[in-house]
Amino acid sequence: MKLLEYQAKELFAAEGIPTLKGQVAETPDAVRAAAEALGGRVVVKAQVPIGGRGKAGGIAVVNGPDEAAKEGERILNMTIHGYPVHRVLVEQAADIAAEYYLGVTVDRASQAIVIILSAAGGVDIEEIAATQPEKIAKATIDASIGLRDFHIRGLMAQGGVPAEHVRAMTQIIRTMYRIAKERDAMLVEINPCAALADGSIVALDGKVEIDENAHYRQTDLVEKQVPEAEHPLEREAAEKGLAYVKLDGYVGIIGNGAGLVMTTLDMIERSGGKPANFLDIGGGAKAEVVRNALNIVLADPDVKSVLINVFGGITRGDEVAKGLLAAFEEVDVRVPVVVRLAGTRAEEGRQLLAGHDALIPAATFQEAAEKAVALAQGGNV
Amino acid sequence: MSILVGKETRLLVQGITGREGTFHTQLMKQYGTPIVAGVTPGKGGQQVEGVPVFDTVKAAVAETGANTSIIFVPPAFAADAIMEAVDAGVELVVCITEGIPIHDMIDAAQYAKRAGTTLIGPNCPGLITPEQALVGILPGQIFKPGPVGLVSRSGTLTYEVVNGLTEEGIGQSTCVGIGGDPIIGTRFLDVLRRFEDDPETEIVVMIGEIGGTDEEEAAEFIKTMQKPVVGFISGRTAPPGKRMGHAGAIISGSMGTAESKVKALTAAGVPVADTIQDIVAEVKRRLA
Repeated sequence: MKLLEYQAKELFAAEGIPTLKGQVAETPDAVRAAAEALGGRVVVKAQVPIGGRGKAGGIAVVNGPDEAAKEGERILNMTIHGYPVHRVLVEQAADIAAEYYLGVTVDRASQAIVIILSAAGGVDIEEIAATQPEKIAKATIDASIGLRDFHIRGLMAQGGVPAEHVRAMTQIIRTMYRIAKERDAMLVEINPCAALADGSIVALDGKVEIDENAHYRQTDLVEKQVPEAEHPLEREAAEKGLAYVKLDGYVGIIGNGAGLVMTTLDMIERSGGKPANFLDIGGGAKAEVVRNALNIVLADPDVKSVLINVFGGITRGDEVAKGLLAAFEEVDVRVPVVVRLAGTRAEEGRQLLAGHDALIPAATFQEAAEKAVALAQGGNV
Repeated sequence: MSILVGKETRLLVQGITGREGTFHTQLMKQYGTPIVAGVTPGKGGQQVEGVPVFDTVKAAVAETGANTSIIFVPPAFAADAIMEAVDAGVELVVCITEGIPIHDMIDAAQYAKRAGTTLIGPNCPGLITPEQALVGILPGQIFKPGPVGLVSRSGTLTYEVVNGLTEEGIGQSTCVGIGGDPIIGTRFLDVLRRFEDDPETEIVVMIGEIGGTDEEEAAEFIKTMQKPVVGFISGRTAPPGKRMGHAGAIISGSMGTAESKVKALTAAGVPVADTIQDIVAEVKRRLA
């Protein structure tokens, strides 16, 4: 779960990381009121859970309430990379003297928390890594000792942080690390972390991503999640315990196992089609799970055909077929459905399915993908 | 023994009294895996499928000489279970549990590494040396002994490939599911090293997917291997920034793309198959 900027900053402020004064607004009038209350030059920023909003025109620096309301209206009508803007953050504008990048993240290769600092902040960390790799300082944290002073001294020295910023930056890094650990964050990022003309250091942006596996112990943050942070079908699927990802094609996909489903998506594209979603029903094929999966996939108006691709392992092919048949009794299937069953007792499973007119059987992975694509494109098989 | 598990395995099941633990204990036992003990805190003294249950891993190891543990403990308690097994001196720990918080796993994985314990998983189907030992939730009936070593981040794709190989009459030395999480104990590189040294293994199949850089790291090692490796990468059409079912299957920025993995493997001389059928065909061709 990604926190929106204003939520990340609320968390920062509560933990003692300095932020600027700001207010969240959902209407142009509220933007005007916020600008009036703050006074002077303000920044209006789209609140969406995706990067690149500045380049997309989702951030405006304005002089006074009238301009703020006008820009607020424009931004509130935007959709940025598929996410409609429902709210903006109105914040004091800052006189920036220097910009740092600060990140606490999980590094897969070293199986550890790493802390990253760069004096070339304000741009994407990948861009810094590509253009100025020598400006990135990194500390890998051994879990048995945690974050220590020497890590921070190393970061400051390697990152070339001037003496007058060291004290405030140290405090911010310590707090970010604590947030990562206590809040089960996979990423805590401040970019830019700015040194202002008056010498103070503040978080001008904030990204926090909470580990989904730890939602059960971060319930206060989960409760604050706003609807625009997720696609509605993804949210509904998550509530039903299904791993579903909305994609932009038209062949609905249901399969068992993440790797098998990913490979099914690849096969659809190899066959000239576009998958509408990723959906993993996991082990077994209980009628209830298949029914929920079908309902989610069919609720997507873009779906023109469905491919069900199941490997019968411990749950054998004939049991899978029975689960599919029971689910089909209860779902209004509005598009052609291709089924491929493989593995243990797949033949028995196929025989059970053969009697059903709404189901189109396929013997191989390839045949299944080709049939599903042809049917979605209005052809016959 | 092929690699990691075999006739010498003396298995302990952590979480044996739970639904999954009991069910798979039954299946692993039917397969012929020597299961010597179970552990569920507070249930010591009971029996499950004729296996004695202990309160702690330490007691189970002391009483039964268990050298391998499999974990079916719920996600909130699984990292603790891994650390308990490491602390008790178990040599190989296989964690099936999906959904362990990542910060818990960082602690557990680093602890296992420091102690010199081999950890497989979490979020994995386990491993099998056909007709010797099944330590996991893999469907035993599709495997048969033979020359192919298989290592994979995906359970179901493993079954697809094994099914195809077995139908062609090609058996397997050991098949290892290393798991779909971002933090896993044993990576491709570690398993490839073992297959390279294993006299039973003649050829290796490696099934990777988007996310992380373990395939790229493995490709560097493959350059030094004597044995041939056939590769496969799933998620070639997955969009960036989306977690594709597995917590670890995500392209972050420009990191973890299928393209980068295919490129690294190809540069290491590994044929990267486009489909499951092609994997089987390539293995068959190389063994002929």
